[in-house]
Amino acid sequence: MIVPMSHILAISATMFLMGFACVLAQRNLIMVLIGVEIMLNAVGLTLVGASALWEQVDGQIFVIFLMAMTSAEVSISLALVVYLNRRKHTLEADAFSEMKG
Amino acid sequence: MATIIFYILAMTALAATGMCITRRNPVHAVIYLVNSLFAVALIFYLLGAPLVAAWEVIIYAGAVMVLFLFIIMMLELAPTEQPQGAGWRRWAPVLLFSLIILGCTVALMAVDPDAAEGVPTYYASPRIFGYTLFQEYALAVQIVSFQLLYAAVGAYYVGRTPRRRQEAG
Repeated sequence: MIVPMSHILAISATMFLMGFACVLAQRNLIMVLIGVEIMLNAVGLTLVGASALWEQVDGQIFVIFLMAMTSAEVSISLALVVYLNRRKHTLEADAFSEMKG
Repeated sequence: MATIIFYILAMTALAATGMCITRRNPVHAVIYLVNSLFAVALIFYLLGAPLVAAWEVIIYAGAVMVLFLFIIMMLELAPTEQPQGAGWRRWAPVLLFSLIILGCTVALMAVDPDAAEGVPTYYASPRIFGYTLFQEYALAVQIVSFQLLYAAVGAYYVGRTPRRRQEAG
């Protein structure tokens, strides 16, 4: 390990929280999806750091599965974004509140 | 050497992510996120994961972010009015991040071209990677490929043009 694991964890936790803040604070659906991307990327950084810490290749393989999962998620969610834009001609998250209890 | 570059790249990634999440314009956010992903890819390389670093650039920065840009352009989400302020001020952060990442890459290549010294203690070679992926995790590979198929079918279903309803109405 070139750096302590705690520093990698601190960096990825900061990045995760940034993505979480983006999901919570931004109103645009595209920006919400970008926040999800940032969070998944931070998780991948943690996995690669753990793989380097324990000197096992499993963590890197999990990152590959994470990337495949991200591709699937992005394709479906962007199709949903196109669908929602076609329905209401807006992408503000506040416009889609019909299910409010 | 590798430790210093790691911290420089970590700061770059965090700064680019911070710029990304505060943008109003989604195109700018995607550009900053690409910078952040490049920095994280170099961090992956420094941590002994060269294959994952390559895929980070190819899949995340190359495919996923371009898909985002396609959708942003298709739906015309980018604001059309000219932003206020000097031009260089809008360009400076992204140029700075790109130069830092480029400088770190050149430094990594120039300091030890044979990768003799900066090699991390653990290095996942493609052989070990492939054996583990296709022997221990063979079932997971199949499940993930099914998942990609479902995603393609689902994206096609959600994104299709509702022709039938228009004919009925």
